[in-house]
Amino acid sequence: MGATMLIQKAFVPKYALDLAGGTTVTLSPVTQAGAAPSQESLDLAVNIIRERVNGTGLADADVARSGNNIVISVGGAGTDEVVKSVGTTAELRFRQVLAVAAATATPGKLPTAPATPVPSGSGSPAPTGKGSSKPTSSVKPSSTANPAPSGTPAGRALSSALTAPTPSPSASGGKATPSGKATPVPSSSAASGQPSAQPTAPATQDPLAGADLTGVDPAVAAQFKTLDCTKKDRGQGVQDNPDKQIAACSDDGTAKYVLEKAAVKGTEVSGATSGVDSTTGEWIVSVNFKSKGASQFAQVTGQITTAPQPRNQLAMVLDGVVISAPVIEEPIPGGQARISGSFTQKTSTDLANQLKYGALPLKFVQSSIEEVSSTLGADQLKGGLLAGGIGLILVVLYSLLYYRGLGLVAVASLGVATILTYQAVVLLGHNANFRLSLPHIIGLIVSIGITADSFIVYFERMRDEMKEGRRSLRVAVEVAWVRARRTILIADAVMFIAALVLYFLAVGGVAGFAFAMGLTTLIDIMVVFLFTKPFVAALAKVPFFAKGHKLSGLDAERMSREPSDVRTTVTQEG
Amino acid sequence: MSRIGVIGRRLYRGEVDIDFVGRYRLWYSLSGLLLVISLAGLLVQGLNLGVEFKGGSVFSFAKPPSSTIQDVRSTVENAGVHQVIVQEAGPRWRVTTESLPVSEVSRIQNVISQKYDIAGNQVSKQIIGATWGGEVLNKAIIGLIVFMIAIILYLTLAFEWKMALAAVVALIHDLLITAGIYAWSGFEVTPATMLGFLTILGYSLYDAVVVFDMIKEVTAKLGTTSKMTYTEAANNALNHTLIRSLNTSLVAILPVAAILFIGTTLFGAGTLKDLSLALFVGMIVGTYSSLCVATPLLVRLKEREPKYLAIAKRLATNKSGSAVKDAVPSGGKGKQPAAVTTSTSTGSSNGAVATDKRKKR
Repeated sequence: MGATMLIQKAFVPKYALDLAGGTTVTLSPVTQAGAAPSQESLDLAVNIIRERVNGTGLADADVARSGNNIVISVGGAGTDEVVKSVGTTAELRFRQVLAVAAATATPGKLPTAPATPVPSGSGSPAPTGKGSSKPTSSVKPSSTANPAPSGTPAGRALSSALTAPTPSPSASGGKATPSGKATPVPSSSAASGQPSAQPTAPATQDPLAGADLTGVDPAVAAQFKTLDCTKKDRGQGVQDNPDKQIAACSDDGTAKYVLEKAAVKGTEVSGATSGVDSTTGEWIVSVNFKSKGASQFAQVTGQITTAPQPRNQLAMVLDGVVISAPVIEEPIPGGQARISGSFTQKTSTDLANQLKYGALPLKFVQSSIEEVSSTLGADQLKGGLLAGGIGLILVVLYSLLYYRGLGLVAVASLGVATILTYQAVVLLGHNANFRLSLPHIIGLIVSIGITADSFIVYFERMRDEMKEGRRSLRVAVEVAWVRARRTILIADAVMFIAALVLYFLAVGGVAGFAFAMGLTTLIDIMVVFLFTKPFVAALAKVPFFAKGHKLSGLDAERMSREPSDVRTTVTQEG
Repeated sequence: MSRIGVIGRRLYRGEVDIDFVGRYRLWYSLSGLLLVISLAGLLVQGLNLGVEFKGGSVFSFAKPPSSTIQDVRSTVENAGVHQVIVQEAGPRWRVTTESLPVSEVSRIQNVISQKYDIAGNQVSKQIIGATWGGEVLNKAIIGLIVFMIAIILYLTLAFEWKMALAAVVALIHDLLITAGIYAWSGFEVTPATMLGFLTILGYSLYDAVVVFDMIKEVTAKLGTTSKMTYTEAANNALNHTLIRSLNTSLVAILPVAAILFIGTTLFGAGTLKDLSLALFVGMIVGTYSSLCVATPLLVRLKEREPKYLAIAKRLATNKSGSAVKDAVPSGGKGKQPAAVTTSTSTGSSNGAVATDKRKKR
């Protein structure tokens, strides 16, 4: 490890905010009803919060999940910005797209309908790329087919049933629909890449040039013009008013949209799953709506499916950004829809999770906020190190007083353990982003006792063996080791179980403390097996110890019994 | 040489023979009394929960030279806060208030920073939601229960269930008494204190495990023709590990005492003090319980097993009527009759042949 430290030029541990100074905000996400959130939505919530915090532009912000909580750590002061950015509930809405443009405010360059290769224009799409559809039954049942284009930009199609691939213009009514794919739409998660790709589409062009502005609120149009989705703050975390039009960015920052009032709220989603379409082998996402949502969804899809591109797209907006904006290929009654096109397993799962999350949006309760000034942090570090130093010295003194020569072995072993621990902390800091905190330091100090105990168990066993008078030191060292080893392993196992349980079940500082305890327990085993035992065995050959010099800790006076004392010894029966 | 000197020398050489097990009535009454007092404390007094459990806001800043507690309190009160507690924490003031909204906390931070001419970012602040402490507490309790189950399983595998039970009873004993001390003394219970409580678990068990390991080793040799009852053997084992137990406890307590000292003198209120105080108290109780509670309890459980009952009965009759208990001399002189023989009777399964000779003294 020492070599690694040299190579990495890492000599100092990284400190957590309670020692370095900084702000820690602990959020406890709960559903609107106050229930505990599911694991998936927690993971998603972490991503949402991370996006929001990034939007604030605070350097060094770290967002991590800790049990059921989300912990945001920011070096330096920044409470107000962080708290402001994370205060709101992240919600999901379905909104009709009114206009689309490339990400930046600059007009022109990217055609809007980037994505996919299909001409979108109006009507019908031809199946391009991959998607094919497959016929299945009709309407509502979920499955429908259709694939979409591929590129990442996800052109996606939303359909309810699948039909044969006839290209049909969407326009006409809906029932049987064509599945084609037509859909070029930017957006979509994943893909960043391609926005530009195929400029083909005629449909829209410059930011707003050529776009049909009918029905667009001028204020929103103005907002749209200035919206720059390439910035860090793309509007994530903005709580959109469902009754107003909004301008929003795609989540990858490659496109921006003008969106109609919310047609369906995320809470009307009853479920979403990702899976592979059995016929096409493509990844798709199926969405189900509750009854009210189903009729709202049927209504909006019925209305917009006949609209020209891009107004036939229905955007899903989560936490202020568009996560997907598939083309609606047909009216979708029945509350079951599927989204297809250019998904990978990961992107389809992500989208399904986002939709599910939208069904049960989380509130973020600020459980605790701690802002440690740099001086307080430095004081705590100093105090922790001082306490550790004093503790170590006391243990060393006691070992030397009580065990004399053997005490040196204990001291050397403690020294080795200390060095190993320090190296582990430094390397974990540089390679695994481990931050040393006050609870860690305390855990390490407390563990000095555990490490020392292993030596004590071993030494006492040795003395027992010798006292029984049957063994020379060299034999005693080995016999005692066999017995002490088992005790040490069992006792360390108990400590390790304690550390594991605390680490996984506890919150905040307790977990850090447990981590330190577990780490030192492992180091203890290593040191005792690889250092202490061989060291003692080697010393046993040295006359100073073998002959029982007075200062060796193994002197005869100490080992012998007082004549009058008929002590009970362990009888060797059987 | 004085008596203390003798004991010291004996301890040093590891020559002790104290009848821990035989005095179980003494220990049980002592522990029982402590438990009753502790439970009464918990019920009557309750624990003095820190702001981390109740919710509230805490400000901490370096003491300006001229400030006094009253001064700081009135500054914060004038800023519109009602419940203000000002504590001295080493070189800093620690101001605890009711739970304030974020904007209010920032405002107070500014007030303090202006009044005492401290840079705003040097005023540390902490806001704890009222439910947060409850969560911390719940997690700790769940952790405790899972831990106990895991330990019972592990010790049952490594030793046997009676040892697991005895160890866990000793553990609960330690926790209750430590909590009782906190209740009666009014020490503040913070998350750091809970860290301490949880660590006590580890220590208490660790100690018990080492003792039990020795008991297991010694008692494994007890055959039906044994010269020792389980009680005697266990007591013997306990004395064997006594030095180790005391040494270990001392070595464990030394660093904790160091933290306690530093925490108290340099920091006043705070993590270091809270944690080390709990550890300090808990370790002392833990050392006592692994010697005087866990082992006697284990012995009570084991002596009911037919095998050991038979040994005890046989030895009792052999001893011309003296009761089993008397075979365990109390007092430090420790002339236990059992040991000296080196009889090599093999076979624990030899049946309770009463052929073995009286042990010599």
